[in-house]
Amino acid sequence: MTALAGKLAGRLPEKLTANSGALLGFVLGALVLLVVAPAVLSDFRLSLLGRFVCFAIVAVGIGLAWGRGGMLTLGQGVFFGLGGYVMAMHLKLADAGPSGVPDFMRLYGSGQLPFWWEPFRSPVVTLLGVVLIPALVAFGLGAAIFRRRVRGAYFAILSQALAVAFATLLTGQVATIGGFNGLNGFRSFFGYNLFDPVNKRMLFYIAAVTLLVMLLIVWQLYRSRYGELLIAVRDQEERVRFLGYDPANIKIVAYVLAAAMAGIAGALFVPLVGIISPANVGVVASIAFVIGVAIGGRATLFGPALGALVVAYAQTTLSESFPSFWTYFQGALFVLVVAFLPGGLSSLVSVRRRQRADAQPSSTEPPSPVQRVEADGPPPPEPLSGVPAGSETSR
Amino acid sequence: MQALFSQLVAGLSLGSILLLAALGLALTFGQMGVINMAHGEFMMAGAYTAFVAQGFIADAGVSLLLAIPIGFLVGGVMGVILEATLIRRMYHRPLDTLLVTWGVALILQQAARDIFGAPNVDVRAPTWLSGSVNLGVAQVPAARLFILALAVAAVVGLSLLLKATPLGRRIRAVVQNRDLAETVGVSTRSTDRLTFFIGSGLAGIAGVALTLLGSTGPTLGTSYIVDAFLVVVAGGIGQIRGAVIAAFGLGLLQATFEYSTTASIAKVMVFVVVVVFLQIRPQGIFSVRTRSLA
Repeated sequence: MTALAGKLAGRLPEKLTANSGALLGFVLGALVLLVVAPAVLSDFRLSLLGRFVCFAIVAVGIGLAWGRGGMLTLGQGVFFGLGGYVMAMHLKLADAGPSGVPDFMRLYGSGQLPFWWEPFRSPVVTLLGVVLIPALVAFGLGAAIFRRRVRGAYFAILSQALAVAFATLLTGQVATIGGFNGLNGFRSFFGYNLFDPVNKRMLFYIAAVTLLVMLLIVWQLYRSRYGELLIAVRDQEERVRFLGYDPANIKIVAYVLAAAMAGIAGALFVPLVGIISPANVGVVASIAFVIGVAIGGRATLFGPALGALVVAYAQTTLSESFPSFWTYFQGALFVLVVAFLPGGLSSLVSVRRRQRADAQPSSTEPPSPVQRVEADGPPPPEPLSGVPAGSETSR
Repeated sequence: MQALFSQLVAGLSLGSILLLAALGLALTFGQMGVINMAHGEFMMAGAYTAFVAQGFIADAGVSLLLAIPIGFLVGGVMGVILEATLIRRMYHRPLDTLLVTWGVALILQQAARDIFGAPNVDVRAPTWLSGSVNLGVAQVPAARLFILALAVAAVVGLSLLLKATPLGRRIRAVVQNRDLAETVGVSTRSTDRLTFFIGSGLAGIAGVALTLLGSTGPTLGTSYIVDAFLVVVAGGIGQIRGAVIAAFGLGLLQATFEYSTTASIAKVMVFVVVVVFLQIRPQGIFSVRTRSLA
C-alpha cells in the first residue's frame, strides 16, 4: 500500500498526499480484514488471524510509546495480562452462574471466592476494568518513573522487571487465579456460546474493527500538536523542557494509551484463544510484542501492526514445523533488523521512494520532515532510540 | 534469634548470587552504557563449562576449581566476540543494543538446547562443598559459603584491578570522561574491549558458581538477568560499591519478605521497593557526577 501511496505522491500536494496515503491504508486494511479474510479463510484460520490481530493492537500501542515517544516498554505483557485476566475472570464467573465459584477454585483451593473477584461479575465493571485497570497501573508507574526523569535504559529495565514480577505473582497464586495454568475453558462470552462458529467469527470482526479504530486514534494523534510534541520529547527531551512543556506529562499520555490498548487486546485475546496464562504476560511474551514493531517500522503508522501480524504468522507456521529453527530465526531477526535496519522494513520502501524522487528532481518535491513523519514514511534519521543528542558526545 | 540469623544467612547468600550476576553488568552497563541482555547467557555458558569440565576431570573439586578460570575465559571470549561484531556499532543506541543482545541471547539459548539437550544437566558438587558448616547459631550449607567467598573475592579482585592497575586507571578515566580520556591518549577502543572481556568473564564465573545451587539448563540466564539489572539500576552507574550494597540489600529484602509472605509476593514487593527507591534517588545509590545532561 505504501508503494501505491508513493505513486500518488508525485501528483498530489504534500499534505493531501500524507492523508490520502494513510486513508488508502485504512481502506485497504478494512477491505482485507473485514471482507477478504472472512471470505477466504476457514473458521480455524480466521480465529488464528484474530489472535494475530490482538497482537497487532498491542503493537500499535508500542509503536506510539516506543516509536514516537522513545519509551522502550518491555512490559506490555503486564497490561495485556491485566486486560486479559479481567475478562477471563468475568467469563469464568459468568460460566459458573450467578452465585457459583469457578471450577479450578474448588479443585485447588477452599472453594471460596476471593473478594476481589466479586466486582467482575458485572459486565459493565469488566468492560471498564479492561481499559481502566491497565491505564491506571500505567499511570501510577509512569507518573512515578517519568516525573523523576528515569528514562531510556532504566525505564526499559524497570518495565521488564515489572513483567517478571507480575508473571511470578500470577504463577504463585494457584488457588485464586489459576497459577501456572492460567484461566481457561470458557464456554460463553456475554451470553454468546463460544463453541458456535458464528460467534467465533463475530469475535474476529470485533477484534478487526478494534484494530482499525486504534489505528485511527493513533493516526489522529500523530497528526496533532501532541504528536509533534511526543516526537520532540523523544529526540530532545531537555529542549522540550526548556521550551516550557513538561515532558513527563507528554510521555505519560502515550504510555497510558499504549497500556490501555494492550489491555483491550488482552481482553479480546481471551475469548478468541480460550486461555490466558502467565506465559502470555512474562518477559518473553512482552519482548515478543516488540520484535514485530521493530520489524514493521517503529515510528510509522501501519508498520507496527503489519510487523506484528507478519511475525505472529511466521511464528505459527515456522514454529509448528521447525521449533528450533524458529528460535534462531527470531534471534537473527532481532539482531539484523535492529542493528542494521532501525527503521524497520517500511524504511526499505521509503528509501526506494526517495531514490526514485531523487532521480527525477523536477517532478517531485522532496517531502518535508513533518510530512514524512505523518505519512507511512521513513522515521527521522537521527536519534531513534530517544537518546538526547548531547549524550552522543559520551558515545 | 535463630530465625533472624537464618534469614540473614539466606539474604546474604541470595545477595552474593545477585552480586556475582550483577558485577559484570555493573562494569559493562556502568562503563559503557551497554545493556547486554546476553549477559545471562554468558552465565549459562559458564555453567555449562563446569558441566563439561566435569566430563573431562573425574575429581569434582579439581574440575570445579579449574572451571572457574575457564568459565571466565569462555564468558570473556564470547563477550569480546559480541562486542567486536555488534555492540561496537551501536554505542550511541543503548536501547537498540538491548534488543540486539536479546536476539543474541535467544540464539545462544537455542544453541545450548541443541548442543546439550533441553533437559537440565547436573554438576556434582565436590564432597567438601556438599555438607554444611556449623557457625554456632545455625547450620550453613558449605556451597553457599563458597559462593559468598567467591563473590567477595570477585569484588576485591575487581576493585584492585580498577584502583591499582594501569588498565583500571584507563577504565575509570573512560567512565568519567570519555572524550578527555581519548584526548590524552587512552585508547578507548581497546579499553572498551578489555572492559567487556572482564565483565563477561565475571558472568562466566557466576555461571560456574550457580551450578552448585541447582541444575543447569538453557534458560538459566533468563532467570537471573532481570534481577541483576535491577541491582545495577538500584546501585547506580559506574561504581562497584553501589552494586555491592544493592545486591546484598535486595537479597536481604527478598529473604525478609519471603519469610513473612511467599516467594512470588516477595518478588513483587522487592520491585515496588526499587521503584520507590528510585523516586528518592533516581540515580541509584551512588553515581559518578558528570556534567552531561543525559
